[in-house]
Amino acid sequence: MKAILTFTRSRFARALVAGALGLIVAAILVAILNSAHTTWVTPGLEALGVQLPGQLLDLAFWAVAILILLAIVVTAFLSGFGMFHSRRMGRFWYYAAGTALVWGVLGQALTVAIVLFISYLTMGSDFRLTDGNVALAAIFSVIGFLLFSGVLTDWIQWIFGHKTELHHGAPEGEPEWMRYFSVDVNHKVIGIQYAVTSVLVLLVGGTLAIVFRLELSAPGMQLITENTYNTFFSAHGIIMIASILLGVGAMVNYLVPVMIGASDMAFPRLNAFSFWVSIPAALLIVSAMFVDTGFDTGWVGYPPLSTVGSLGIILFLLGFYFNGFASIASAINVLVTVGVMRAKGMALFRMPIFVWTAISASIIQFTATQTVGVALTMVVAQRALGLGFFDPTPVAAGVPVGQPLLYQQLFWFYSHPVVYVFVLPGLGVISELLPVFSRKPLFGYKWVALSSLGIALVGFLVWAHHMFVSGMDDSLRIPFMISTMFVGIPTGVKFFSWLGTLWGGKIIYPTPMLFVLGAISVFLIGGLTGPILATVPTDMHLHDSYWVVGHFHATMFGGFIFPFFAALYYWFPKITGRMYNERLGKLHFWLMVPGFWVMSLGQMRIGLMGMRRRIANYDPALGVEGTQILITIAALVIAWSVLIMLYNLVSSARSAELAPENPWESRSPEWVAPTPLPEFNFDRPIEVVGDPYDYGLADSKYIQTIPAAGD
Amino acid sequence: MSAVTTHHDDHAHDDTHAHELPYGQQLRANRLGLWLFLFSEVFLFVGLFAARFYLWRDASGVVRPELDQVAGLIATSVLLISSYFMVRAEVAVQHGEQKKMHNSLIMTFVMGSLFLLSVIFIEWGVLDLILDNMFGVTLFAHEAIKPGDGAFGAVFYGMTGMHALHVISGLVLILIILANGHKGAFTEERHWGVEACAVYWHYVDVVWIFFYPALYLIGTAVTYHT
Repeated sequence: MKAILTFTRSRFARALVAGALGLIVAAILVAILNSAHTTWVTPGLEALGVQLPGQLLDLAFWAVAILILLAIVVTAFLSGFGMFHSRRMGRFWYYAAGTALVWGVLGQALTVAIVLFISYLTMGSDFRLTDGNVALAAIFSVIGFLLFSGVLTDWIQWIFGHKTELHHGAPEGEPEWMRYFSVDVNHKVIGIQYAVTSVLVLLVGGTLAIVFRLELSAPGMQLITENTYNTFFSAHGIIMIASILLGVGAMVNYLVPVMIGASDMAFPRLNAFSFWVSIPAALLIVSAMFVDTGFDTGWVGYPPLSTVGSLGIILFLLGFYFNGFASIASAINVLVTVGVMRAKGMALFRMPIFVWTAISASIIQFTATQTVGVALTMVVAQRALGLGFFDPTPVAAGVPVGQPLLYQQLFWFYSHPVVYVFVLPGLGVISELLPVFSRKPLFGYKWVALSSLGIALVGFLVWAHHMFVSGMDDSLRIPFMISTMFVGIPTGVKFFSWLGTLWGGKIIYPTPMLFVLGAISVFLIGGLTGPILATVPTDMHLHDSYWVVGHFHATMFGGFIFPFFAALYYWFPKITGRMYNERLGKLHFWLMVPGFWVMSLGQMRIGLMGMRRRIANYDPALGVEGTQILITIAALVIAWSVLIMLYNLVSSARSAELAPENPWESRSPEWVAPTPLPEFNFDRPIEVVGDPYDYGLADSKYIQTIPAAGD
Repeated sequence: MSAVTTHHDDHAHDDTHAHELPYGQQLRANRLGLWLFLFSEVFLFVGLFAARFYLWRDASGVVRPELDQVAGLIATSVLLISSYFMVRAEVAVQHGEQKKMHNSLIMTFVMGSLFLLSVIFIEWGVLDLILDNMFGVTLFAHEAIKPGDGAFGAVFYGMTGMHALHVISGLVLILIILANGHKGAFTEERHWGVEACAVYWHYVDVVWIFFYPALYLIGTAVTYHT
């Protein structure tokens, strides 16, 4: 054990990893060159009438390719020893080979190779990818990633009876910024890791959306094939969900411990595990697009298609499954942190309101996730082991058969409540920011706090409204229609609290506040179109139409994307110590909000006109073409506005002027603590002595530092 | 001057160890975390349980396959009795009786393994499969249920398989506790590892208390031939 650890920390191991990384990069480069060679250079020369003897051109190409490959691998390998450190290239290989990310990805690739090789040994010349070996390779690849990235090292040492201390600060002998690429246990570092990954994944999902939006701007097929379209919209769905879960992880991780006055999460190592397990899971989901014929089931993965379709579906199912590990572990961590780590005087009804939404989201996450896990496992078990949970083929007289509907029951028992996991923290950000920018107490604090729990609990009783037309028992329709309507009550409590908070306030409108107001307007669109879908007769007509797409995107943008962007702007000065560019921020807002209204309302309009969702092509006779073009333009505007935000945040983080300590004059603990936040958040323990949102009340105080004994 | 130095030292100490919670607080966090995890797992088992009652029915109502009742009853008894030895181990460590803890843990491990072996070899029919392939004989009159037997096979292997996975992880935990107990890792006051292992083991037991009747007892038995 000790020998392995010493080896992994040696220069030689680093050089090996750098070399392996170089090999992968070089192989990709050569593959790109090769396709350029075969598609352009050879035909191009032929077109010019240049005749070369025999295979000369090919030989020359491969000679050059192998030289490039060798040069890259050798440079990378030597850089791992610290050579070429004066050059940017050398530093790149050196530092890359020290990151948990690169180690993990290599571990994942290596495990896949090993599993497939063993499978090759057993299958011999009949070797091909099967349900069985793809599933095994995917499962072990996640373990490979975790082992190689070092997330499990401490726990493995505990098993052998070695005590380990939590390591704080940069890894030994590395610069400070390497923390963000390493397994770090500090909740703020993990929060930022989550946030950056979330935005990167968001860009991937958004790019896919832009491609198929362009495809939909005219009837017929222009850009991509039907199969690619199916893969893209399926991947868009699950990749955006992964991004949102990462974004929720970002806000919850960064904010909850500071807001309750704790030094960190209750289980810092488990916290790191939650983040790092979602990386191999995300890689599985992305790779699902490229294996076999991609995955074309939509993000829901309904059988029977998911039990017989492309092998990529297995990777999607397992990627989804392992993301669940992250959800469950981090939700338990949040609940325990709030349970035992609150500062002195931090009573439940004195916590910042965001913490209440984090708790409510965690309650859903750590329970409901298990049932979707069961559903996903069952599909994989049916494909790989032949357990016919969803297979309606008769076996023998008297033996009951599997039922595809079972999947939908288990799936929606998670997947409906999980939308509240997405929106609750977002709604928490709205409630958190409104009092700050209205300079007034939050209206009805206790009701707002309990409304989050209310949404979470009612959310468990509504899943079958996704199945009104799927052939479930008719007698269940009315109960589920009524229970779904109940969701409107706690949500309404939140809306009226926001109105009450704004009423008569001294409102100011910096970018975060604009995004909060935009979120409310968009969430209202999503909220008002919900009951129409919950009502059985109208749902019969609108089910699987673009109306649903419009409704869903309005709830997700209003409930998560807008508040998440508000949060990014609002806490940006806290995280980086610098101020973002206000003009660019406002430009972002004024592009994105109208863009979104047009997109969402346009989607609902074409839905009413008969446009079905998840369809690559449509009949010009529907008369939706004009609106489709508008929606596509709106989507492009949204995409550009997001890029403006990224430019704004990145360039401001590098060179903007320093922000004041508490630019929003907030009373919340994270703003009262110094910037940047110390390793353990507060130099001295804090104590709660008042209510959180008494803005504008003379002499009111929320928290104070407990003086050290003897001072 | 000394006061200032002491204060400074304290402060430095606070900084480096502010994250290491005091043992009592960490213990409360661990307990809450473990119980939340177990509550989370309830939804996994309830999902399987629900699948059983969703699928195992025909026009007449709830049905079940004909299983080997004697083997099931013996295996269940062995698993339940193993919990007694787990309690004994936990009480022993609370009284500082290392030897007794050690022996009780070994008893639990042996009985848990017996349960696991009986599931794999008897209930899953692996023993008969091996004997049949090697010598052409079978031991048990009752033919074991096969994975491909429609919803019977799927749910039976799904439920027993998921439970067996938990038994295996419980056995691994027991081995870890045994090895670390040998090194003297657990004292009368501080033995969170033993407590966690014991709670987990009882939990796996309780799950079986629900699974056993669902698989073996409830509903009309169906005889079939595939």
